[in-house]
Amino acid sequence: MSIELINISKTYNGSDFILSDISVKIETGEFFAIVGPSGCGKSTLLRMIAGLIPISNGQLKIDGKDVTNLPPQERALTMVFQNYALFPFLNVKDNVAFGLKARKMANSEINTRVNHALELVNLTDFIDRKPGELSGGQRQRVALARAIASDAKICLMDEPLSNLDAQLRNKMRSEIRELQQKLGLTLIYVTHDQVEAMTMADRIMVLNDAQTQQIDSASNIYDTPSNTFVASFFGTPQMNLIPITLKENNQLSAIEISLKFSIIKSLKAGNYLIGVRPNALSIDLESNETNAVVTNIEYLGTHSIVHAQLDNSQEIRIETSSKRNLSVDERISVSVTGSHYVFSEDGQKLLNTNGGYTDGNSSKEPQLQYSI
Amino acid sequence: METQAKNPNFNIVSKKKKSVDLSLGYNPYAKDKRYAVLFLGPSLLILAIFVFYPMLRTIYLSLFLTNNLGKPTVFIGLKNYFSLLSSSSYINSLIATLIYVIAVSIFTIAIGLILAQTATKKIAGINFFRTVFSATMGVSVSVAAIFWLFIFNPSVGLLSQLFTALNLTPINWLTEPGWAMTAVVISTVWMNLGFTFLIFFGALQSVPYTLYEAAQIEGVSKSYQFFHITLPMISPTIFFVSIITLIESFKSFGLIDLMTAGGPNNATNLLVYRIYQDAFLNGNYGLASTESVILAIIIAIFTFIQFKVLEKRVTY
Repeated sequence: MSIELINISKTYNGSDFILSDISVKIETGEFFAIVGPSGCGKSTLLRMIAGLIPISNGQLKIDGKDVTNLPPQERALTMVFQNYALFPFLNVKDNVAFGLKARKMANSEINTRVNHALELVNLTDFIDRKPGELSGGQRQRVALARAIASDAKICLMDEPLSNLDAQLRNKMRSEIRELQQKLGLTLIYVTHDQVEAMTMADRIMVLNDAQTQQIDSASNIYDTPSNTFVASFFGTPQMNLIPITLKENNQLSAIEISLKFSIIKSLKAGNYLIGVRPNALSIDLESNETNAVVTNIEYLGTHSIVHAQLDNSQEIRIETSSKRNLSVDERISVSVTGSHYVFSEDGQKLLNTNGGYTDGNSSKEPQLQYSI
Repeated sequence: METQAKNPNFNIVSKKKKSVDLSLGYNPYAKDKRYAVLFLGPSLLILAIFVFYPMLRTIYLSLFLTNNLGKPTVFIGLKNYFSLLSSSSYINSLIATLIYVIAVSIFTIAIGLILAQTATKKIAGINFFRTVFSATMGVSVSVAAIFWLFIFNPSVGLLSQLFTALNLTPINWLTEPGWAMTAVVISTVWMNLGFTFLIFFGALQSVPYTLYEAAQIEGVSKSYQFFHITLPMISPTIFFVSIITLIESFKSFGLIDLMTAGGPNNATNLLVYRIYQDAFLNGNYGLASTESVILAIIIAIFTFIQFKVLEKRVTY
């Protein structure tokens, strides 16, 4: 079942908008993630789709039918909560059967559905246990089983993995993705964890400041972030943002530091932000022309993250797989070797990537090589 | 201990120390015991003076005839018990007490729960109602008694005026046996509500909101939510409140004394009030002690039954 959000807004007092003008069409069978920092309104949006919170403005359509003012149960969807929302006084089986019993479904039908759902999440050995006797991962699977048993084709998940430890989270990530594929669910998944969103979702909506920042696939969001918020939210470690000033004669204001990058010639004079991911920077150990000093090193096994300060006192992060041990206070030579982005001064707009336009008309314009 | 044994130095040291201890004439654990006595002493002393001694003394006195100073005179064994249990007026008191206790407990819990459930609604001015609902916690028994005496007053009371205004015959609340019991039950329930409301309100607030959201999405009706989510979730609290209310209402004294003084015609002469009368008005301390022991046994039995019955329903 498809879900369509048309200019949806939420306000409690009529003037301050928690969410404004959210529009997106989620296709049948799509795994759609809503990502944003805490307080950006992502859980509110999910609850509005569920029907638990009224929609202030706009329209919500499920399969083309307007459901904006329908109560939750008439929207034919199901929801999984962060704290699992299990009933501590009921055993696993009764927890899964709760909604079905309340709807006065026939016992045989309830049994079939519950057993099927518990089989799918590998919990058949635990049907008589109370939630208090289960581990966090098992509890979350009970919650999944309850969603499966309700047989709704739309499933909403509100940070379902954030109460689990890192290892279990990785495991559950693939389990949820597999279940979604197997059952053909249209899944809306709210999370603050960009890794979860990138690894699981077909498309991601990035929310911040009550507004949609970008809706796209994980790779497009990573490759062409629409603004500096998206750029620094996705990717670990965070993208480096380096302010530059371009003068009338296509000259940079500070040229003494050699950090080479290119931008298109037609860019007007003004202030810009250059975005470079840490893995697009490299350290030239041979060069004698140093331009930065190491301030900290995080060793991560396959690679290290070097924190350094450029000679114009700009802090940057560099990802390097070099085996040579650097030391704090050592002077190094840093240069841009991978893709980079040019953002407008306020960070709201991506102007070009790697010297090319972002709108797909790959630039045939001559480019300028710059050094800061 | 094993690791200690493996260390030869430790053994030597500990042996040495032990011999020193023995020479001093005490074992090394004596110090712990002295600390235990030191810390437990004050509370033991207070409990002994104010609880254990009176308890034992009551049992002792219940086996005697006493003079009017409370001194035991003649040992009569269990005669006090037999005479009480065959006295029709005592049995009447017992029945009145049971009716009172059961009525008070049921109404206190039911109304307290309704008020608490109402107070969880997010509506304008709800804080005012929350304060009002819990206000009786700050009212003393004597004030409450006077307040209710005014309301129940047959000529100028609020209720009588209301009845007259509705063209009904006013009830003589405190002078007709059946109504007197009703009046006392109403006042006691009213007194209990503040505390009960607060406890239930706290319990309701601690039920995770997502449980209701999950139910709402499944299309579960409000009443089904109340009986299948709210009640089971707060069942430990209901259990706690029911035990407290039961024990407290067995022990009711203040309101009875001030409103009806056991009357009319002994209709509200509850067990505790009877003890008071026998001991301090009639000077029959032996008999009063016997009544106290019986009351203690009755409360113990009721609490035991309650634990057995409700324990099964308090499921998590």
